[in-house]
Parts: sequence; structure tokens; C-alpha cells
Amino acid sequence: MEGYLALAVKAIFVENLALAFFLGMCTFIAVSKKISTAIGLGISVMIVQAITVPANNLILNYLLAPGALAWAGFPDVDLTFLGLISYIGVIAALVQILEMVLDKYFPPLYNALGVFLPLITVNCAILGGSLFMVERGYDFGESVTYGLSSGFGWALAITAMAGVREKLKYSDIPDGLQGLGITFITAGLMAMAFMSFSGVKL
Amino acid sequence: MAHKRREMLVDPLVDNNPITLQVLGICSALAVTSSMQVALVMTIAVTFVTAFASMFISIIRNHIPGSIRIIVQMVIIASLVILVDQILKAYAFEISKTLSVFVGLIITNCIVMGRAEAFAMKNPPIDSFIDGVGNGLGYGLILMLVGFIRELFGSGSLFGVTIFETVNNGGWYVPNGMLLLPPSAFFIIGLIIWAFRAWKPAQVEEREYKIQTVDAH
Repeated sequence: MEGYLALAVKAIFVENLALAFFLGMCTFIAVSKKISTAIGLGISVMIVQAITVPANNLILNYLLAPGALAWAGFPDVDLTFLGLISYIGVIAALVQILEMVLDKYFPPLYNALGVFLPLITVNCAILGGSLFMVERGYDFGESVTYGLSSGFGWALAITAMAGVREKLKYSDIPDGLQGLGITFITAGLMAMAFMSFSGVKL
Repeated sequence: MAHKRREMLVDPLVDNNPITLQVLGICSALAVTSSMQVALVMTIAVTFVTAFASMFISIIRNHIPGSIRIIVQMVIIASLVILVDQILKAYAFEISKTLSVFVGLIITNCIVMGRAEAFAMKNPPIDSFIDGVGNGLGYGLILMLVGFIRELFGSGSLFGVTIFETVNNGGWYVPNGMLLLPPSAFFIIGLIIWAFRAWKPAQVEEREYKIQTVDAH
């Protein structure tokens, strides 16, 4: 249990996907103008991340890894080179399914999150989460924890960023820095603040 | 026609740069720029994938049903990225280790998807190919600029060749360790955007709120 807790804290703060690895930056910069939309997108990312990382973990361990097809009678087959295309396929399919399920059973939630769901397929935080899971060799329990907490960390970062930007638009910024420029510098300052977690040993 | 194609190649470098104006493909721009060698490999990989993905998508653009076009584009892009990934693993294993997950993340690099969706779906193959090369180079330009600043002042070298002898090796230059850390890339890109917009004022964004001075009566 302690191991899972340490992994969760590490994924949320120390190795925050947005501010330590810069994943999902395009949406992070583009959709952080208002707190309410940022929270909506953050929650969708968290849900999708919590589903796709464990799903990709199962795909890796039962279909792609060397010797994983032993149950089907092919003990020598190694399909790891198909990894990238399978992960992105799983992500695209799951996002589509999630969209349909939300539309049918939870219409209010669908109306709130609907516009963000297609954006999530091309959010590198989601694919990045799955790739980190593969690179670090998490088992199923760890990948559930990692998916949920790394998604939460991303949601936290984009909400904080939106909060800063809502205040920022009232300030007197030099013309050339207006908009994108100052957003980058703000994100840099936030990333430095998050770096203070990096000394934490768990 | 030839003139138009040249414009398509040059336009994304400064006037319509994918990173500083279209806000596409920022993730990798930040993470892989601590040394120029890695930045160069990343530039080549992204330019290759963008150009060929645009070309292939453009070839079959009239046969793709609208509802599944994202998945079709994804499959083409993912196949090209797997090709790049396998080549890097075979011939440049050290660099592929440093790039780690970022080669895979070219799939979700918004430049590739963005150009496929915005340009290749509407234009013939050769134009799309040139547009892909142009945008890849525009991305590379920013990457190399950031990489140049970070490697020169962060570790006193360029492409691994020592330019400034650092204090640790008995030289005179005290390297700025901050530049090797990821957040510095944010500051450098922010400042590059400022420089670009000071040069081309047409790119400056409109203010949401104007500050007005009130005359004292």
C-alpha cells in the first residue's frame, strides 16, 4: 500500500506530467484561459488517463511483450515494435467509446466535457503516460495508480495555470509579450516552483 | 506556381511559425533542447514525419470518409513514427535513449496532425509535402535556437565540442546550470516570441483590457 501512495505522490508532484515533462503543452497553453474550462478539461484528462494506462498495460503484457502470446501457442513471438500504433489505437478507441457512453448515460457530464474529448486523443500527456508506464515496467496495480495520479497532477497544473492567467489579463504587459509570450514565462515560473518537490525522497 | 511553392516553404519559418504563432508542437520543443545534437535529430525526425504524413494523407484525401479521418491520419502517422523509431534504435542508439518517449510522442505532436488536418486534406500531394517540410523546418529553427542558447551557456559547448572551457575543467567559464534545467526552455521560447513580435508587429495579440489614464481635472 505504501508503495502505491509513494508512486501517487511522485506522479502528482515530483514528476508532474505538465510541469516536469512538458506533456500536453499544446492544450495546456491553448485551453487555460478560463478556470471553468480548465477544470473541465482537467477532469476529462484524468478520467481518460485512468482508463487508458491500465488498458495499455494489459495490451502490453498479454499481447505485445516478448513471449506474451504463449497462451495462444506462440511463445517466441515479440510484437513490441507494434507498441506505438496499438497504444494510440487504444487511446483513440477508448476516447470514442467514452464519448458515446457519456452521451447515452450521463448527458449533463457529456454536455460539460463533450468539446474536450476529441482534443484528448492528440494530447501527448495521455500517450506519454502510457509510454512512461512501458518504459518503467509498472505492473497492473501500479499502472492504475500511475494513470489516476498523473492525470490528477495534470489537472492540478492546468487549473493553477488558468487561475494565474485570469489575473494576468488585467496587467500591463509589453506589446510583444502579450498573450503567448507571457504565458510561456508564467509556465516557466510555475515549473520552477514545482521543481522544489524534486528533492522529496519517498 | 514555383513562386508560390517557395513561399510555402519559407512562410512557416518566421511569418507563420508553428511554435511561436500557431502554438503547435510545444511539448517536445521544451524537453529535447538541452543539447544541439539531440535537437537536430528531433528536427530531422519531425520534418520527415510531417512531410511524408502530409503527402500520404493528401494522396488518399478524397477516399477518406469524414467521420473516421482522425483514425486514418493517426494510423499513417503512427506507421511513419514506428519507422523513425526503429531506424534510430538501430543506427543511433545513444540518441534514441536520450530522446526516450519523445520519439513516440511525435505521433501526438500537434504539428503533424495540425498540418494534415489544415492543409493536406485540401491540397494536392506535392504541395502538401512542401508544406510539411516547411513546417518541420520552422519547428526545427526554434528548436535549434533554443538548443544553441541552452547548450552554449549551460555547458559551454556546441554539438558536444567545447567552446567555453568550464571552471570544472580548469577553464574560466562558470556554466549557468539553470539553463540545463527544463524550465529555462520556457523563458527562452517566451523571449524568442517577444523578439519575433518586436520584429513583426503584425503578430502582436490584441489586449483584452486596455489600461487607460484618467486626466486629473
